[in-house]
Amino acid sequence: MKIIVLVKHVPDAQFDRHLNGERYTTDRDESILSELDEYALEAALQLAEARGGSKAGNQVIALSMGPAGAVNAVKKSLQMGATEGVHLTDDALAGSDAAATSLALAAAVQRLGQDGPVDLIITGMASTDGETSLVPAQLAERLGLPQVTFASSLDVDGGRLVARRDADTTSETVEATLPAVVSVTDQINEPRYPNFKGIIAAKRKSITTLSLADIGLDAAQVGHSGSWTTVASAEERPPRTAGTIITDEGDAGIKLVDFLAAQKLL
Amino acid sequence: MAKVLVFIDNPGTALKKSSLELLTLARSLGESVVALNGELHSSVSTTLAEYGVSTVLRPSSEDLDDYLVAPKAAYLAAAAQSTGATIVLLDNSPEGKEIAARLGIRLSAGVITDVVGVDADGTAHKSVLAGSYNTACKASTPVSVLTVKANNVVPEPAAAAGAAETVTVEVPAGSTAAAARITAREQKVASGRPDLTDARIVVAGGRGLDGDFGPVEELADALGAAVGASRAATDAGWISHDAQVGQTGKTVSPQLYISAGISGAIQQKAGMQTAQVIVAVNKDAESPVFEIADFGIVGDLFDVLPQATAEIKKRKG
Repeated sequence: MKIIVLVKHVPDAQFDRHLNGERYTTDRDESILSELDEYALEAALQLAEARGGSKAGNQVIALSMGPAGAVNAVKKSLQMGATEGVHLTDDALAGSDAAATSLALAAAVQRLGQDGPVDLIITGMASTDGETSLVPAQLAERLGLPQVTFASSLDVDGGRLVARRDADTTSETVEATLPAVVSVTDQINEPRYPNFKGIIAAKRKSITTLSLADIGLDAAQVGHSGSWTTVASAEERPPRTAGTIITDEGDAGIKLVDFLAAQKLL
Repeated sequence: MAKVLVFIDNPGTALKKSSLELLTLARSLGESVVALNGELHSSVSTTLAEYGVSTVLRPSSEDLDDYLVAPKAAYLAAAAQSTGATIVLLDNSPEGKEIAARLGIRLSAGVITDVVGVDADGTAHKSVLAGSYNTACKASTPVSVLTVKANNVVPEPAAAAGAAETVTVEVPAGSTAAAARITAREQKVASGRPDLTDARIVVAGGRGLDGDFGPVEELADALGAAVGASRAATDAGWISHDAQVGQTGKTVSPQLYISAGISGAIQQKAGMQTAQVIVAVNKDAESPVFEIADFGIVGDLFDVLPQATAEIKKRKG
């Protein structure tokens, strides 16, 4: 099987995150591999391992689009066990919205399919920076593939995949033919940590760098000029400040109800 | 006048509050047209007319529900094209966002999610990076697709009720060819509580509950609220994963968020930072949740919550 996993280098949510410049792009200092993408990678590794791993010709390709630093997301993926890494990088890509991002990723997937068909593209359920969840569905639409989003389990048998997805009031079993785009939730597995062997092995794995020209796009199709949405203004919200804090002296429940009544929330 | 297309999926016999909010918003932006999927009951038809809807579109095929989103997006694209709508509004559910995603590609239209307000010129307002910025965004394309969060518009019928005409829209052939098929659907046990993402009030519990969600559920029921949970609580299996609020769960922006026994790690804060009023109950006075609470109680939730529940019941008679 040939599986592409989309991995994104995102600002660490443990720190304050900032928008910069006149176009309000995300400040990518202190970035890490998106936590939600680790589940996607783990799902791909398990599918590959169940089929005899890389010795049996299974490929797990970690693909990241982003500036120079995004290569770190690819490196971490290689340490976890991806067989190959691809870094799509070009200055013109900066500021791409979901539509432009999905265009570039679709072109990269097609390029990676030139030397053998891609069976599956797996992503996380959302990025932890933009958090729109738009890219997997848009990538599927652009590639003309079925999408299975928010999968909480995933099995592949021959040319078919079966997944389970849970919504608020229903849970569904879904089937699709391969190739397909799948996004997985954080319920699907427990991602592994890179071990010493994995870290050493990763040093010997190659990372392919692709530019816009390599995937057949030009600068006007991506970045701000290729995006279909623009950010007109962004204001940092004043941080929430602490209000009244009381210590329970036996009547805090009643004081809570008084507060709710005063706020007209009852 | 701009045409605004609102997607309403399987309303059953009554429109959800979030649908009424979309219809109210649509009317403020132009002439509202509804693209409906599923059965159109007369009660829903009446409400649509009351909300000033001029046209109700229905799909030519009835099997859209047998597939994941792709054919619904194809139907909606055909509906937008046939009506000449320049704005399409959907709810902000995971499915609403995915339909919007595919629709955006089909119409070459910019998609903006998590919208909390829309200006007359189509500029959408939303908060990003876990509530740390308020942004104004606009689609630079002829059509914009917006998914709107619940609880940001007060539903209001039109001054004068219209009479909506019904028109069938041809679902493009082949729209199911590359779609994943739903082969089984299990209804989960209904809690009778509001949906977490749409709820006006959320009561959420965490590690401090030590496995017992009773006090949280009882307070939620007294307030007519939804029940939420921290990741620690869902990972421990104390409550279903659907209840998880936070960066890897659901982002909620209710009018009132009551946090009980949750320390307020950053991912949790990220999920509820845009709530209008935050109340926190925690034994540990050092919990980060107190930094953002409008009203904080340092105390044992097993004392405070039942007392509050009893007091609410008493006052409501």
